[in-house]
Amino acid sequence: MARPAVVHDYLLMNSLVTQPVDVLVVGGGNAGLCAAITARRAGARVLVLESATQDFRAGNSRHTRDIRYMHKSATRYVTGAYAEEEFWEDLRQVTGGETNERLARLTIQASEDLEAWIAMNGVRWQKPLRGTLHLARSNLFMLGGGKAMMNAYYQTASNLGVEVAYESEVHELKIRDGEFISASCNDERREVRAKTVVVASGGFEANIPWLREYWGDAADNFIIRGTKQNQGRMLKELLKHGAQPIGDPRGCHAVALDGRAPKFDGGIVTRLDSVPFGIVVNKEAKRFYDEGEDFWPKRYAIWGGLIARQPDQIAYSVVDAKGLPHFMPSVFPPVEADSIPKLATTLGLDPAGLGAAVNEFNRAARPGVFDPGSLDSCRTEGLDPPKSHWARPIDTPPYYGYPLRPGITFTYLGVTVDEQARVVMHDNQPAKNIFAAGEVMAGNILRKGYLAGFGLTIGSVFGRIAGREAARYARF
Amino acid sequence: MPASDLLKDGARQMMICNACRYCEGYCAVFPAMEQRRIFTKADLVYLANLCFDCRDCYYACQYAPPHEFGVNIPKLMGELRADTYREFSWPAILSGLFKRNGLAVSLITAGALVAISILVLVFKGSDILFATHLGEGAFYRVVPYAAMTVPPLVIALYGLAVLFAGALRFWRETRGSLSEVIDAGAFWRATQDAFGLTYLKGGGAGCNYPDARFSQSRRWFHHLVFYGFLFDLASTSIAAFYDHFLGWQAPYPLWSWPVVLGTIGGVGLLIGTSGLLYLKWTSDRDPSTERMANMDIAFLLLLLLTSLTGMLLLAFRQNAAMGTLLVIHLAMVAGVFITAPYGKFAHVVYRYAALVRYAMEQKRIQPGA
Repeated sequence: MARPAVVHDYLLMNSLVTQPVDVLVVGGGNAGLCAAITARRAGARVLVLESATQDFRAGNSRHTRDIRYMHKSATRYVTGAYAEEEFWEDLRQVTGGETNERLARLTIQASEDLEAWIAMNGVRWQKPLRGTLHLARSNLFMLGGGKAMMNAYYQTASNLGVEVAYESEVHELKIRDGEFISASCNDERREVRAKTVVVASGGFEANIPWLREYWGDAADNFIIRGTKQNQGRMLKELLKHGAQPIGDPRGCHAVALDGRAPKFDGGIVTRLDSVPFGIVVNKEAKRFYDEGEDFWPKRYAIWGGLIARQPDQIAYSVVDAKGLPHFMPSVFPPVEADSIPKLATTLGLDPAGLGAAVNEFNRAARPGVFDPGSLDSCRTEGLDPPKSHWARPIDTPPYYGYPLRPGITFTYLGVTVDEQARVVMHDNQPAKNIFAAGEVMAGNILRKGYLAGFGLTIGSVFGRIAGREAARYARF
Repeated sequence: MPASDLLKDGARQMMICNACRYCEGYCAVFPAMEQRRIFTKADLVYLANLCFDCRDCYYACQYAPPHEFGVNIPKLMGELRADTYREFSWPAILSGLFKRNGLAVSLITAGALVAISILVLVFKGSDILFATHLGEGAFYRVVPYAAMTVPPLVIALYGLAVLFAGALRFWRETRGSLSEVIDAGAFWRATQDAFGLTYLKGGGAGCNYPDARFSQSRRWFHHLVFYGFLFDLASTSIAAFYDHFLGWQAPYPLWSWPVVLGTIGGVGLLIGTSGLLYLKWTSDRDPSTERMANMDIAFLLLLLLTSLTGMLLLAFRQNAAMGTLLVIHLAMVAGVFITAPYGKFAHVVYRYAALVRYAMEQKRIQPGA
C-alpha cells in the first residue's frame, strides 16, 4: 500500500504526549492488536506503537495463515471436533512436557471462542480447501492469510478509536519498583507516559548480534523468516528491570530454507520440502543426517539446527527426476543438470565427492515399495548415517539441487507471566501494570517444538487477557 | 514492458504465489494456478483473463511492494489482459486501437457524430433537424428507417464476428481443443459465474475498492451496468420486433415495453457507470494498469453518455431538441458498437471463455463438484 508514511512527529503533534494514555501497547502484531481492541472496547484510551512502517506493520503475524483452537464440533470452517484433551496431548508431545500446564490449559480453554471473537473483529475465515486439508480439522484458516487478518484488525482498531503510531520503535522502558512509568521512543526523543503497558513486541530472532552470543559466527549465515523488526529490545528491557526469564535463551525454531531466500521477511515461500525425497550433503559433499527419519512435518524443524552445525551453515538437497514431483514447488527453481558431476559443479561442490556420496547411497538403498504417504520400506543398509524411509537410488536424470540454510522462525526466550498476563518479577511477584502477550511470553506455554497455528493462539488469548486486565487496572 | 519481460515476470510472480497459496479462497485464479507448476504464455493468458481485478490478493499479500519480491497480481494480470485483447483482435492492423484506447474511442465516436450530423444536414436539412416532430415515425423523419437499422446491424454483426474470432484464438492459444468445447455443464457453470459475478465476491468479502477495505459496491455497480445493458438490448429488440412484425413505429408510449425496459436499463447504466467511474477515480493506483484503466474509462464514459443521451431523448422527444438529441444519441450508440471489439467490451468474451475453461478443469479434478 503506498500510503504516505505516517510522520515521525505523530507523537509530538498529538495530545497524547501530554496526557498519559490508559494502555500503551508496544508492538502492532496479532497479540498487540488483540490487546488494543479489547482494552479499547473496555473503554480505555489506547495507543499502539509499531516500529515498522505501515507497509510492513504487524511483525510476524503478517506471515501467518492459520490458528489452532479448541472446538467441540465441526463448523463451516473446520471439519471436525478438536477437544481440550487432544489439544493438550498434542502440546504435551511436541514440547516434551516443557510447558506450564496451568497456563497451557488456560490458553486451550480460552481459545474456544476465538472463531467468533476474531470474526466479530472483521477477520474472515476460509472454508477448508485442498491446500489446507491436513490441518482443516484443528485449525481455522484466515481468508487471505495473516496480512489480511491484520488489515482487518487495524481497520477495527481504527474504527474503535485506537491510536496507532507507525515507525515508532520503543527503545527504553522506565520502570520503578516493578511499576511502569513511561516508554521512550525513537532514540529517546519522545517519552510516552501511560498507566499501563502491554509488551507485545515479539522475540529477538532478527537480532543477529544477540544470536551470535549463543551461535557464534554461524549466526551470520542464518536466514530470518520473518520481520527484521523483532530485535528483542523490549525483552531485554524487561529482563534488565527484573522480569523473570523463561525458556532456553539459545532455543529457536529453525527450519531448512532455500539458501537463496532473502535475509529477512521471506515468509512461507522460501521453505523447501525436498529433503525426504533425496539426500542432503554439506559443503564437503558428505551426508550428515537421516533424511528419511520420519514424516517431514515432524522433522522439518530439526533441520535448521542440523544445518547450523555444518561448515558455513550450508547444505545441499539433491533429488532426481523421480523425487521432484513429491514436494510442493518452491519459489526458486532448482539447479538442474543431466549428470551428478555437472550438478556438483553448478552447486559449487566437489564433483568426485558428490559422485561418491550418491554412489555410496545408491549401493546401500534396499529395494522396497515407495510410498510417500507412509513410513515405507525403502531404506538403506550399512550406510552411516542411514536413510530410514523413502530411500530410492538417485539415478534418474535430470538431477536437481537446492542450497539449504537454517531459517529462524522465532526464539523461545521470554518473560514469565501469570494468568492475568502480568509480567512476573524476580521476587515472584507480578508487576502491577506491566503485561506481556504474544511471542515475548510464548515460552511460558511452549518451550520446545511447535504446533502449527499455536503461536497465534497464544498471542490472541494472551492479547485479549492483557488488554482486559490493563484496561481494568488503568480505569479503576 | 515488452511482452517477453512481462511473461518472465508473470512466471516469476506465479512461482511465488504457488509456493504461498494464502489467497486461494478469494477467486478462481489461485485454484487454477495450483494445477500448474510452470507458467507459460498460455497459462498466464488464461489466468489473466480469469482475474476479475478485485485486488483482494494485493492487499493480503505479504510480498506486495515495497517487499523485495514485489508481487502485484492485479497489475500483472491487467497488463497481460491488455496484451491479450490486442493480440487476439482482428484484423491485426486495427490492434493499434488498443494502444491509446481512450483517444481512439473518443475520435471514433466524434467521427460518428460528425458523419451522422453531416448526413442528416445534407439529406434532410437543418429545418427538419431542428423542427418538432410528433407521433408515429417521428424519429425516422430525422434519420430514415433504413439508415437507423442497416448500418447498426452490419456493425454489430462485424463486432460479433471479431469477438468470436478472438474467443477462438484464446481457446486455441490456451491449449484448448475445439472438441472439448461441447460441454454444456461447463457452459452452465461459467454462465452462472458470469451472471452472478462470483469472482467479485472475494470469497464473501467483496472487492478492495477503492482501498484496502472490503466492499460489495463494485459488484453491485457492475451488475447495474451489465443488466442495464441487457435491458436496453431487450428494449431495442422488442422495438425492432414491433416495427418489423407488428408495424408499430417508434416513438412508443411511456408505458410500452421498449420505453419501460429502456428506461430501467438506462437508469441502471447511469448509476452503474457513474459508480464504477467513481471507484476507478478514487481507487489506489498501485495495483492498476494504465492501459486497462484507459480502456475502462473510455468504455464506461461512452456507456454513460449513451444512456444519458438516451434518457434526454426520451425526456425531450416532443420538443424541437429531439432531432439534435437523436443524432447525438445515435452517434454514441455507434461509438459503442464500432469500438466494441477494440476496447474494454472484449473482456466479456475472454473472461467468459476463461470461466468455461476453469469449469472444465475443476470438473476434471473434482468430478461431481
